[in-house]
Amino acid sequence: MTVTLEKPRRATKVDPIPWWLKLVGLAVALYFVLPTLFVIPMSFSTATTFQFPPRGFSLRLYQNFFTNPVWLDALRNSVLIALLAALLATVVGTAAAIGLHNLTGRLARFARTLLMVSIVTPAIVLAVAVYISFLQWRLVGTLGGYVLAHAAIGVPFVLISVTGALGGFDPKLLRASASLGAPPLRAFLTVTMPLISRGIVTGAVFAFVTSFDEVVIALFLRSPALQTLPVQMYNSVTVEIDPTIAASSSVVVTAVTTICLVLQFVGGRRRNR
Amino acid sequence: MQAKAKQWLLVLPALALLAAVLLVPLGRSLKLSVAGGSLEHYKSLFTDGVTLTVLARTAATAAVVTLIAVLLGYPYAYLMTRVEPRLRGLLMVIVLVPFWTSVMARNFAWVIILQRGGPVNSFFRLFGWDLVLYQSVAGVAIAMSQVLLPFMVLPLFSALSGIDRRLLLAARGLGSHPVRAFWKVYWPLSRGGVVAGLILVFTLSLGFYVTPALVGAPQQSLVAQLLGQRTTQLLDFEGAGALGMLVLVVTLALVAWANRLGGTISAIGLVAAAPAKGARS
Repeated sequence: MTVTLEKPRRATKVDPIPWWLKLVGLAVALYFVLPTLFVIPMSFSTATTFQFPPRGFSLRLYQNFFTNPVWLDALRNSVLIALLAALLATVVGTAAAIGLHNLTGRLARFARTLLMVSIVTPAIVLAVAVYISFLQWRLVGTLGGYVLAHAAIGVPFVLISVTGALGGFDPKLLRASASLGAPPLRAFLTVTMPLISRGIVTGAVFAFVTSFDEVVIALFLRSPALQTLPVQMYNSVTVEIDPTIAASSSVVVTAVTTICLVLQFVGGRRRNR
Repeated sequence: MQAKAKQWLLVLPALALLAAVLLVPLGRSLKLSVAGGSLEHYKSLFTDGVTLTVLARTAATAAVVTLIAVLLGYPYAYLMTRVEPRLRGLLMVIVLVPFWTSVMARNFAWVIILQRGGPVNSFFRLFGWDLVLYQSVAGVAIAMSQVLLPFMVLPLFSALSGIDRRLLLAARGLGSHPVRAFWKVYWPLSRGGVVAGLILVFTLSLGFYVTPALVGAPQQSLVAQLLGQRTTQLLDFEGAGALGMLVLVVTLALVAWANRLGGTISAIGLVAAAPAKGARS
């Protein structure tokens, strides 16, 4: 017992982590985490401005968020758009990942790069180009416009996670199922799908979150009749000085964190089985 | 042959979606920017007296962001290579926190923190210095660095974890001062990761729209705001097209450069995949 205790102690003496490095690490970690934590106390404030520290304690901002039709409509629009965009991105992204998995050559590599390019395209450049074209195609301010644009930026995440899942997939299984008489679609649904389902679910969740949180393109596609939650939050800082954004932020941050934790939990359980 | 065509059929819907949202609109922007076969819209970017100032301010802001990112990211990534695996996992999750916290919540938080009477202002007033970072370039840079740090930390961490620390101990064993040992032995080996991170962070900061719009001052707009303003307020689609193409080309060229320097690992893909990986493992 004493021997095992002594060993690491001696090792750290030879090559210790300097105290100042630990301090810098802690400060940087706080820099990452702290800003969002400021939002939560703000959301219980009784103030009608953005003053900090918040005054009093009330659920007034939450009440306003969940009853004011402007905020509620924005929330509803965002959920609907994100669901549809995630669905579209997941279907076309999964199909593309499977297709590209079975293809080799320069053209396939080029297609993969092309599908990923929206990750590095500055959102504002994309937003402006989409706005100008969608204006002519009468898609600005429409549900279809939001869904198309958000689905396109969600595809890379589906592609990455499904491609990752396909890496561990044995193609012999498909040949086996074909030799047992399963048509391709049935083979996909009963053999491929269950094995790569975790990749598909992960991709779908990231596509959902990407759309739900997207603000730059949404700012350009907005119309008075149809705008998303991030756009309403943007308005509340720039135009309205409406502290309801604190409640909205807290709800969104909590929801997204929960989704990620659930995903991790489900993923962990699947693997243990 | 037929099997191959079938596989391409699976890729087609995704490519069609990409074409409708990305390729065709960008192509049309390009076409608008060179309308009439002239380059006058590109020329006026450099002669209108506004664009160049904004571009210079954007580059300066990006440089400050990059400097903050490397000064904070290097020690953090180094610390990650030193601690035990469990703590390393935690540090990795913390790096990715700004990534999956809502864009608007994050920017709103920075407005609260940096505003007059906010925590930062109150802190400095204790020392008799009425420093307000809200609506300043420094404030914008601080807010931007926070979310761009993963792009510094992840390539750096992958570079630093490949370095054999025993080299450092050997240098010290041979009588070298720790600082000199670091500078002569460790730093040169980490330079590839540093350069990749520098380029990535710099490049990605060029396109920021929401943070300068919310945290920055209106009279100190960056290129993204100028682009938006030209499009929706001035309806100068040709000028916006030219400016957009300039930003896009610079961005893609720098990212390609960073990729090449980063070796086989595409740092962007690395970061983009990291949250997905984190959720899976």
